[in-house]
Amino acid sequence: MRRIISMLMENEPGALSRVVGLFSQRGYNIETLNVAPTDDPTLSRLTLSTVGSDLRIEQLTKQLNKLVDVVKLAELTDGAHIERDLMLIKVRATGAAREEVKRTTDIFRGQIVDVGPTVYTIQLTGTSDKLDAFVAAMAGAEILEVVRSGVAGISRGEKVLSL
Amino acid sequence: MGLLSGGEMIARALEDEGVEYIFGYPGGAVLHIYDALFKDCKVPHILVRHEQAATHAADGYARATGKPGVVLVTSGPGATNAITGIATAYMDSIPMVVLAGQVQSHLIGEDAFQETDMIGISRPIVKHSFMVKRTEDLPLIIKKAFHIACSGRPGPVVIDIPKDLTRPDAVFEYSYPKTVKMRSYAPAQRGHTGQIKKAAKLLLAAKRPIIYSGGGVIMGDGSELLTQLARKLNYPVTSTLMGLGGFPGSDPQFLGMLGMHGFYEANMAMHHSDCILAVGARFDDRVTNTVDKFCPGAKIIHIDVDPASISKIVMADIPIVGPVHSVLAELLTQIDALIEKDQAVPDKGALGRWWQQIEEWRAAQGLFTGRRYGESDMIMPQQVIQSLYRATKGDAYVTSDVGQHQMFAAQYYPFDKPRRWINSGGLGTMGFGLPAAMGVKLAFPDMEVACVTGEGSIQMNIQELSTCTQYNSAIKIINLRNNNLGMVKQWQDMQYEGRHAMSTYEDSLPDFVKLAEAYGHVGIEVKKLTDLDGAMDAAFAMKDRLVFLDIFIDPMEHVYPMHIAPNGSMNDMWLSKNERT
Repeated sequence: MRRIISMLMENEPGALSRVVGLFSQRGYNIETLNVAPTDDPTLSRLTLSTVGSDLRIEQLTKQLNKLVDVVKLAELTDGAHIERDLMLIKVRATGAAREEVKRTTDIFRGQIVDVGPTVYTIQLTGTSDKLDAFVAAMAGAEILEVVRSGVAGISRGEKVLSL
Repeated sequence: MGLLSGGEMIARALEDEGVEYIFGYPGGAVLHIYDALFKDCKVPHILVRHEQAATHAADGYARATGKPGVVLVTSGPGATNAITGIATAYMDSIPMVVLAGQVQSHLIGEDAFQETDMIGISRPIVKHSFMVKRTEDLPLIIKKAFHIACSGRPGPVVIDIPKDLTRPDAVFEYSYPKTVKMRSYAPAQRGHTGQIKKAAKLLLAAKRPIIYSGGGVIMGDGSELLTQLARKLNYPVTSTLMGLGGFPGSDPQFLGMLGMHGFYEANMAMHHSDCILAVGARFDDRVTNTVDKFCPGAKIIHIDVDPASISKIVMADIPIVGPVHSVLAELLTQIDALIEKDQAVPDKGALGRWWQQIEEWRAAQGLFTGRRYGESDMIMPQQVIQSLYRATKGDAYVTSDVGQHQMFAAQYYPFDKPRRWINSGGLGTMGFGLPAAMGVKLAFPDMEVACVTGEGSIQMNIQELSTCTQYNSAIKIINLRNNNLGMVKQWQDMQYEGRHAMSTYEDSLPDFVKLAEAYGHVGIEVKKLTDLDGAMDAAFAMKDRLVFLDIFIDPMEHVYPMHIAPNGSMNDMWLSKNERT
């Protein structure tokens, strides 16, 4: 089952490598990884998605919690949450494809953020599924480059991950 | 407080922390620190002959005393040589602080001379690590390092110190913090009362209970309470390799070590029990055999300070996260209250039948390969350990290396006290025994310290015989010499039809007696059983000398019992070369 784990960690050199290292050390996979400072400059928020059984994820969160740099941790997929992935995708836009690419982008509520004589760069935000669906819908066009931010997420309602 | 350089701060901080010994080896990146230690530091420094030995010596000191071991090494090869010892301490949860020199800050990342990314290399085998960025941070970082190393589930902490931060001409205010608080690090201080209550009830309702005691009982100073609990209930106790001495080994309630080379009655009792109280143990693969078949009828209560150890391998029915000492104290109180309310618990009839069964197993156990034992005048390895036990009245500190000799020592030297049995359980590090014994002997100069080893292991840190000369370490080396890498040979005998690939030395072994003498020690060769006790007594009579006993043993002997793998359960064992359960 796909899980999203989000954590606050000390914004210090080496903290990220400890988290990432733990995954390879203990044989877990990271599907996506997203990390950036928060409003508190001493803290970074790291969100990652992975796949595993309940037991395996429980062991993983225990191991992550043991890392001295990890201050607080939550599994977002435990409850209602919002997740967003951001994608920049560059496609060949010439001839008939130029119009078709724009139409599909509109349907997915994406934005064309850069226009060249033969290429469009499209920005799309949403769940990972939605981005996957868009890439699939672009199968007819020539995709030149895909960049995704990885999942960022937050719990719904009053629940917060803070100190 | 005056102004201090980084090097002086380190020297002063180690004093302020109450450190008794620094184990280390100098080199370019730590010369400022060594100069500061030389000029003004009350903490003696022990100069080893290889950095791996510094970590093992600090580790041995830590295991024997419960205090953190302190290591000082230089950058690059000094740091990488320390890695095996750090990993050894990590696997066995031993408190250790390793100060590693680093090239100057402005050279980091440039492949400078003797540069290595110590933080990166040590990351998977440390509890935590610090890269020092500013000299002013040194006192707080050192305090944090000791705090992390010693609290919760202990472990090694590395501090990487660039050379320029220790230079003598850059001085700063120094004050050593008395306490330290970290928002991201708060190990459990006590167990959950509700869980402990549930555990007390389950434990008292058991008909075939067993206490499975691990290294956490030793590290968490829980031996006394565990012994009290076991005696109050008259429940049988077994122990892991790391937990030996946590409950008195000569007590009839003790069933011996469990696991791959555990005693027959211990493994049988585990397999047939209906309630296992696991204390500071981690269901290691050398204990469980096939996990799916592990103790099918047992409910499991698991006490551990590390939440990640609980339900990692075997699901616990009642998990209790907390320090062993505090949880056991509360468990005892709860048990007293329950017994007061209901005199019928624990079920004495059931317990009587359980003990009867256990005594039958104990009587039937096939620990000795009895038919060959005593048939010739070849010395059996078990007899060497028994002779050592006799000569030291069971009251020595015994370190060991890794292999058959380690298992024989664990089986045949019943430890009555915690912290007496010093061995590399988790990592299984050959070369551990001699340097560890040096650390123990420094901590307890008036006690007998024996290093039980084999001719394979001892050669992995044999250079430390020189350190022993320098510091007059009067340890006794008990070399169980079978001219083979014994445990490797045993596996090759059992699983590879006796093809002894690279497990013999083809007559290239040194004359260990001459070697010991070359370092200024005493060497004694023992080849006949009739000479064994006399030689052992003679060795221990030389109170102020290191004696190397090179004891030729039967090279054909295997360690039994031995779990049958793969797909075996706790009660599937080889009892001798041709008998199995």
